[in-house]
Amino acid sequence: MNTQDRILQISLRPAVVSDLEKIIEMDAKVTGLAKKEYWEDRLNRFSERDGRHLIIAESSTPGDVLGFIVGEVRAWEFGSHPCGWIFAIGVSLDHRVQGIGEKLFDAMCDAFKADGANSVRTMIARHDQLNMSFFRSQGMMGGPFIELEKPLD
Amino acid sequence: MRLQKATHYGLYAVLELARDPDRQLSATDIADIYGISSNHLAKVLRDLGRAGLVDSVRGAGGGYRFSGNSKRTTLMDVINIFEDIGSDSSSAADPGDQTDIGGALLMVLGEIDDIARATFGSITLDTLLKTMRWREEKAAALQS
Repeated sequence: MNTQDRILQISLRPAVVSDLEKIIEMDAKVTGLAKKEYWEDRLNRFSERDGRHLIIAESSTPGDVLGFIVGEVRAWEFGSHPCGWIFAIGVSLDHRVQGIGEKLFDAMCDAFKADGANSVRTMIARHDQLNMSFFRSQGMMGGPFIELEKPLD
Repeated sequence: MRLQKATHYGLYAVLELARDPDRQLSATDIADIYGISSNHLAKVLRDLGRAGLVDSVRGAGGGYRFSGNSKRTTLMDVINIFEDIGSDSSSAADPGDQTDIGGALLMVLGEIDDIARATFGSITLDTLLKTMRWREEKAAALQS
């Protein structure tokens, strides 16, 4: 990958172990929850594996993580053809509205296409207007599946 | 789901004007494009003007121009000017709503309204216009 962007001076690359602390910190700031074990597991299971991607956006200073995106290609669950799933995306609060999220999204879509997927999917909390607006601005719309759940009490 | 006529007209007008913010169009111009009543549309445009989404330009060659922020204004923002989606179906209003079946139906209608609000609230004017252009480009590519 390593796509250089001279205007924004960011580069995109697969995440490595040394990025983990920054990813956990950024995710905690955005979501209000520090999920150390979750991100360690993601990195172990996702980095540089076929169909699984954890990509980071880095400033011109090596190790300065400005954003991340994680996703994988999944097939035939619920009768679905191979499809790229985006599980999480985050951009540093100080670097929003500079196109970093869009570049991460595009890079993930390119990776999914290279893996043979022809569509991309995500799931968003109904009231998470920020992320829903972002994904819609990238061309995503309601798909053919509806999420259903019930409390187990 | 059905939107009221004024809401529909408001969405037509604001999106038509936001498509090219430098362009001025009269109520008649917009009404002709969508085949709707220019009198009704003129009232809708006044409401949009009060909400700060359009500016009226007086004099010869005058008309209306988009004056909002298309990247910040959602479809829900426009809809809210004209109607309150879901306010009737999500709370008990009819005697039947107090029954077990009425309450269960109300819950289903509330779920539908909640999804509608989330959808309208997440689509900005800019996103809708961009999506429209992508669809047109895709259709053109398929034809060629």
